[in-house]
Amino acid sequence: MAKFKLQVNNKSYDIEVSEDTPILWVLRDHLNLLGTKYGCGIGQCGACTIHLNGEPVRSCSLPISSVVDNSITTIEGISEAGDHPVQLAWKEIDVPQCGYCQAGQIMTATAFLEKNPKPNSDEIRDAMHSNICRCASYNRIEKAVAKAATANS
Amino acid sequence: MKSQKKNIDRRSFLRTSALAGGGMIIGFNLFNACKPKVKPAIDISKLNFNDFNGFIKIADNGMVTIFAPNPEIGQGVKTSMPMLIAEELDVSWDNVHVVQGGLDMDVFQRQVAGGSQSIRHGWEPLRQTGATAKQMLVNAAAAKWGVDAKECSVENGVISNKKGEKLGYGEVVLDAAKLEVPKDVKLKNPKDFKIIGQDVQNVDVDEIITGKSLFGIDFKREGMLYASVMRPPAFGQKLVSFDDAEAKSKEGVVDVFQFGDKIAVLATSTWIAMQAKKNLKATWKEDTTLESTEDHDKILFDLLAGNTFETLRKDGDINKAFKEADSVLERTYESPFLPHNCLEPMNFFADVTDKKVELVGPIQTPAGTANRIAKELERDIKDVSLEMTRMGGGFGRRLYGDFAIEAALISNIAKKPIQVLFSREDDMADGIYKPAIKYNISAAIKDSKVTGYHLKEAAINSNMYGLISNFFPAGAIENYQVDIANYKSNITTGAWRAPYTNFLAFAEQSFFDELAETMDVDKIQLRLDLLQNVKGTTDERIEYSPERLEAVINEAVEKSNWGKVDKNTYQGFAAYYCHNTHVAEVADVVMEAGVPVVKKVTCVLDCGIVVNPLGARNQVEGGVLDGIGHAMYGNLEFKQGVPQSTNFHNYRLVRMKETPKVEVHFIKNEIAPTGLGEPALPPASAAVANAIKAATGIRITKQPFINASEKIFG
Ligand code: FES
Ligand code: FES
Repeated sequence: MAKFKLQVNNKSYDIEVSEDTPILWVLRDHLNLLGTKYGCGIGQCGACTIHLNGEPVRSCSLPISSVVDNSITTIEGISEAGDHPVQLAWKEIDVPQCGYCQAGQIMTATAFLEKNPKPNSDEIRDAMHSNICRCASYNRIEKAVAKAATANS
Repeated sequence: MKSQKKNIDRRSFLRTSALAGGGMIIGFNLFNACKPKVKPAIDISKLNFNDFNGFIKIADNGMVTIFAPNPEIGQGVKTSMPMLIAEELDVSWDNVHVVQGGLDMDVFQRQVAGGSQSIRHGWEPLRQTGATAKQMLVNAAAAKWGVDAKECSVENGVISNKKGEKLGYGEVVLDAAKLEVPKDVKLKNPKDFKIIGQDVQNVDVDEIITGKSLFGIDFKREGMLYASVMRPPAFGQKLVSFDDAEAKSKEGVVDVFQFGDKIAVLATSTWIAMQAKKNLKATWKEDTTLESTEDHDKILFDLLAGNTFETLRKDGDINKAFKEADSVLERTYESPFLPHNCLEPMNFFADVTDKKVELVGPIQTPAGTANRIAKELERDIKDVSLEMTRMGGGFGRRLYGDFAIEAALISNIAKKPIQVLFSREDDMADGIYKPAIKYNISAAIKDSKVTGYHLKEAAINSNMYGLISNFFPAGAIENYQVDIANYKSNITTGAWRAPYTNFLAFAEQSFFDELAETMDVDKIQLRLDLLQNVKGTTDERIEYSPERLEAVINEAVEKSNWGKVDKNTYQGFAAYYCHNTHVAEVADVVMEAGVPVVKKVTCVLDCGIVVNPLGARNQVEGGVLDGIGHAMYGNLEFKQGVPQSTNFHNYRLVRMKETPKVEVHFIKNEIAPTGLGEPALPPASAAVANAIKAATGIRITKQPFINASEKIFG
């Protein structure tokens, strides 16, 4: 075990875990931030997507030792009141089905729109392709990303 | 067509009481058979969930809380079922708050999210409940005013009388709670529905988009340990011995022990438990035959060619029809095992102590599972409580309580609260799969008519059940026979979204296209002609309606621009009836870089009244895409009992860029609603295969399509 300092959602945390522990499990089991989900553990599904210095990353494949001194944002931290334009679009379009993948989808979408505020539909589909939704809410995800982008105009 | 029995004794399924803190609580049981031993409750915190399986709380500010009785797996019943109550209660949906109810053991009826039946079963009783509550509130207001209740009207939770006086529900709840439960209440005419038929968002959407803990995997308890379980790597193996020295030496590992043929690793975090499991050295031995996909293929083909069939339905004389036929068409269709791959892997919490057995997690069959656990642990069922959480997908997998039983067994040994979590690898390797199935279909053609139809099913472990052998084209062809045979494997199998019909529809609806080609007739006309033969049938086993199937077919032809699309678009058609719903689908395929790509699917359904069109469209879209995704890519093979796919890098699920647009149309009528979670799935794969045939000239008869022919997908 080793001691680490982490910056998550603008709060700083001291924790003691083994240095190979993926951030996903640090968030879930140690910091009780349960919005970030486990789906595959090997970087394939995107359920665990968080932002590392604003970049979308797969927290299941990111050991804690590699992220100290970086700032982490999780689904709990992208807005105070659940009113990020992406969240609002998700709600309006009623995207979720079972809902399990949606935190990861939203984290991928918010990071993508930061980079590309006015994407076309191919760009959206490209960006969201790496996130699995087992309930196949894909068409609504595409719509919601496009909708959220209109807030950028 | 059969009609459901309706005799609901409201006295036995509904009780009301004033709430200590103000307001009124109405406890109801979903179904009439509930035992009438219910005592009125006085305080919501003291309400005994053994007495009711649903509650409505009306606060003195008029706010309504509905405790939904059904578990949510993503089919939207947690939203749509309360809508039924709110409709008849005549309150504004904005004033309704929905909460997931707990398990009701005693008067349990159908607290199972499976089979697309929730709405169908709740339609009448839930509306009765709402209407009864409303009548009591109106009666209370009428008594206060000294007028006849018949002269009062209600809008959005406000009662008015002829003089124009008004009372909100909140103002009369205390009086209403003291009144007798009225016996005869009138349900609304569907024309007057205000909530039913409106787009209503998922009631949990705010929690989901903000990452609130809703799911089983999110459940935590002070002092809880995380359990990772090593199970036999191959179906047919048993545990001989294991060495846990290395695993136990890891910091954070609390305990390692054997239970049955499995080994549990208990640790202070999920990660430590998962990692330490990898340090176990176990020796396994062959207990029963280690089976491979090759063996299954041979076994199923032998079954199809053999004579060990059981006949499920037999009309006329198929032998005679085939002997006298001008020509015969025969085809075989094949499908593999499929894992469910719910995105939330199987998991469960258990805390077994001398006093009680506490279980929390995502399960579709809470009562059955609680009973099994009571038996396993030799405990009185009264000691067992089971709380359902939201589920990250179900698809049939969470009907089986294996993971909950594991959790209970482990906690029982450890005497600590624990959570079992399957890794994705565990989830895929320790599944209860859709069984591999093959169909052989032959048709006899004489004088340009289909005179005989013979369907043979060879399946692993179990065959089609219920009325499936009586679905279309049963009743449409004079000489008709359905035969089934199966092979008992040690690989565990079970329900997978739209069991049996998920592949049967592919086989039959592909076959009809081939049949039309052989007969040189129009593909859709062939189906419509056959349906004419079913009209007016007195056969009780036929539950599909030829008229309703005909209507969805015609509507799909129109909505999809069938036959009128540009020359680069190739269309495929399929129509099917299952889960009490009639569906027709058209897939549009174009060739991109020499490969067929599905661009759009038009789906027309007759599922009766659509309670929540927004949720319903989501369900249908998901079903269509699930059907296409699994038909295209889904494949679980076995070698010596070991599943060959382990995670999403070698098990392909449909993703965004492979997703066609899905256009959903509902037939408008005033018939009681039927299921929606499943019926859109079965015809989708056939519509796509038929479109691929149109685009490439190649007929796919085997799933997954991606492996069907190098000529198609390279
Ligand atoms: S859990 Fe990290 S990508 Fe799947
Ligand atoms: S909503 Fe169920 S996995 Fe995406």
